Amino acid sequence: MALQEMTYRDALRKALADSMTENPDVIILGEEVGRYGGAYAVTKDLIKEFGPERVIDTPISEPAIVGAAVGAAMAGLRPVAELMYVDFIGMTMDQLANQAAKIRYMFGGQIGVPMVLRTQGGTGRSAGAQHSQSLEAYVMHTPGLRLAMPATVADAYHLLRQALTKPDPVVFIEHKALYTLKEMVDLDAPAPDWGKAAIRRQGRDLVIVTYSRQVHYVMEAAKKLAAEGIEATVIDLRTLSPLDFDTIRTHVEKTGRAMVVSEGVMTAGVAAELAARISEECFDFLEDPVIRVAGEDIPISVSTALETGSVPGPQLIFESAMKLLSSREAV
Amino acid sequence: MNQPQAVHRADAGSNSDLPQLYRMMRRIRTFEERVGELFVRGQSAGSMLHLSIGEESAAAGVCAAMRDGDRFTTHHRGHGIFLARGADPARMMAEIGGKEAGYCHGKGGSMHIADMGLGHLGANAIVGGGIPAVVGAGLAARHHKTGAISAAFFGDGATGQGILYESMNMAALWSLPCLFVCINNQYGMGTRIDQATANPRLHERAQAFGLAAETVDGLDVEAVAEAGRRLVDGVRDGKPAFLVIDCYRFYGHARKDKSPYRDPGEEETGRAKDPVAFARAALIERKVLEESALDTLDAEVAAEMDATIDFTVAQHEPPLSSMFRDVYAPGEPEPEPVRTRIDRILARG
Ligand SMILES: Cc1ncc(C[n+]2csc(CCOP(=O)(O)OP(=O)(O)O)c2C)c(N)n1
Ligand SMILES: [Mg+2]
Repeated sequence: MALQEMTYRDALRKALADSMTENPDVIILGEEVGRYGGAYAVTKDLIKEFGPERVIDTPISEPAIVGAAVGAAMAGLRPVAELMYVDFIGMTMDQLANQAAKIRYMFGGQIGVPMVLRTQGGTGRSAGAQHSQSLEAYVMHTPGLRLAMPATVADAYHLLRQALTKPDPVVFIEHKALYTLKEMVDLDAPAPDWGKAAIRRQGRDLVIVTYSRQVHYVMEAAKKLAAEGIEATVIDLRTLSPLDFDTIRTHVEKTGRAMVVSEGVMTAGVAAELAARISEECFDFLEDPVIRVAGEDIPISVSTALETGSVPGPQLIFESAMKLLSSREAV
Repeated sequence: MNQPQAVHRADAGSNSDLPQLYRMMRRIRTFEERVGELFVRGQSAGSMLHLSIGEESAAAGVCAAMRDGDRFTTHHRGHGIFLARGADPARMMAEIGGKEAGYCHGKGGSMHIADMGLGHLGANAIVGGGIPAVVGAGLAARHHKTGAISAAFFGDGATGQGILYESMNMAALWSLPCLFVCINNQYGMGTRIDQATANPRLHERAQAFGLAAETVDGLDVEAVAEAGRRLVDGVRDGKPAFLVIDCYRFYGHARKDKSPYRDPGEEETGRAKDPVAFARAALIERKVLEESALDTLDAEVAAEMDATIDFTVAQHEPPLSSMFRDVYAPGEPEPEPVRTRIDRILARG
């Protein structure tokens, strides 16, 4: 297949379809995934292609959706459970954190839970406090779970395909603002390895570590920084578990400055973990504190002004990097 | 505009009740139509707006049996219920527009509207999320001997959530003054009720927990009001109850949904079950109100609701500085803004 234009949404759909074609044990279950085609249309028409026994519409029963996926995975299927919004993850947290995540360990390695929990999060639709959150930290904080968060169309495809071959439960969090993202992709080109970060841009002055939608905001900010003579390396983590810390370390050691950017709230979030780890492991190479640019420690409002104001955007990222770099001159 | 809904105590089928019920239903319908207009004009905060057109009898009928001091929660399709409990439609519309003048200062929106003064403990964007709170409110009412009831309004889709059954079991076990109101509009998004359960006789589930339970046809608001009154009387005496109102969701799930999954014939039949038109016809037929009087009433309501749009468009969004307010109680330390923190960290040397 040659280069073609594709949306993030279509890439996800294709990943599901290709995996289902390849492996007859792959099933999808979730609310509105069948006839409706998915709340964000990712599973559109899959029910026509694969039938209602493999694309299963469920009642509105999140804990049982995830729990059923756990059991199905233990019994030999490869379920993809869909959680319509990551905001509902709290409802499923027992099945996810106490069951899916711990079964391999508690049972002495007898069995794993090879399931994928697909969901989406983030701001961008004025969807309010219960439909706009970035809750990846809950997942990253739970040993036993894997976590993928694609930022690009190619990664939407490859990471989902790879997630469906992994031996352990993978939480796969899409960003609701990326579904219409269009990029040129060649999906037949060799895929980057699972668990490997991508360098989206190289620069001598600082490293910005990020993932999901913020990758695009950081790239925008990096362009503006370049216009000011500041060159940033941009690392897209792609998966938060496994975490490719080697790539982060290598680049932070080269530049001596690091910033982490996440849409999730700042306190005890993914940005906190990344900043702590960079501070510990790259201490001897750092010339400045590691700066976190993250979501405010507040719920998301329905008002668009407050909604966009409560998460990082290109401007805040740009300004923060400028401040970080100008603090060098002051020393 | 903001006066609480009067308590209806008339006998079932009494003509004196119907004009008020009709007026409330007309207000709800027109309000919802204006919400649709706000969206089309690009003045709503987002598109996740769920209209209760076709379900007006549930709100008007059940709320007529409630009184000041009663508490309630609603689902995401709760505009009508809040109006029927006395909400100011202008402040509601402003909230739906994400404006500071709204009930929750633009922080909540359509799906998270609330007003403690009117006993509204909150609309909810989590299906089933508001149900257990009425158990707690029931405990409080009993503890404080207020004689109040607490009512949870939710959709048929919420019957998929385990928390409903946990809540009903507690309410029955502890004889709490709780009313569970299931507005069965036949759909949860694109899933028809018979695609979500093997037993769509929903009230039977409540009976299994020991609640008084019935199903009423939402076409007839007087029947809904009568059922509401009957059950609420028991609820006040500590006999929790469950009421299913059968109706039909006239339009899409939210503003962008055109319901392609529904058969046009089914929609036509469903929309023929119109509680507003039914009540209007009854008023004329029973010679309670003449058509011209109803036209005047409808025009008054239209003017009232038109004004909510003008009001909303003229309002401003909440100031950015309000972002950190109300995460915690007034006087408690507010979260430190990210920008301030970065400045503080980098202002060394
Ligand atoms: C816990 C949870 N799961 C799923 C959703 C997505 N969702 C919003 S409304 C809805 C359908 C609800 O149907 P019903 O309860 O019948 O209410 P209706 O929309 O018909 O008024 C769904 C699945 C949600 N908001 N919360
Ligand atoms: Mg419904």
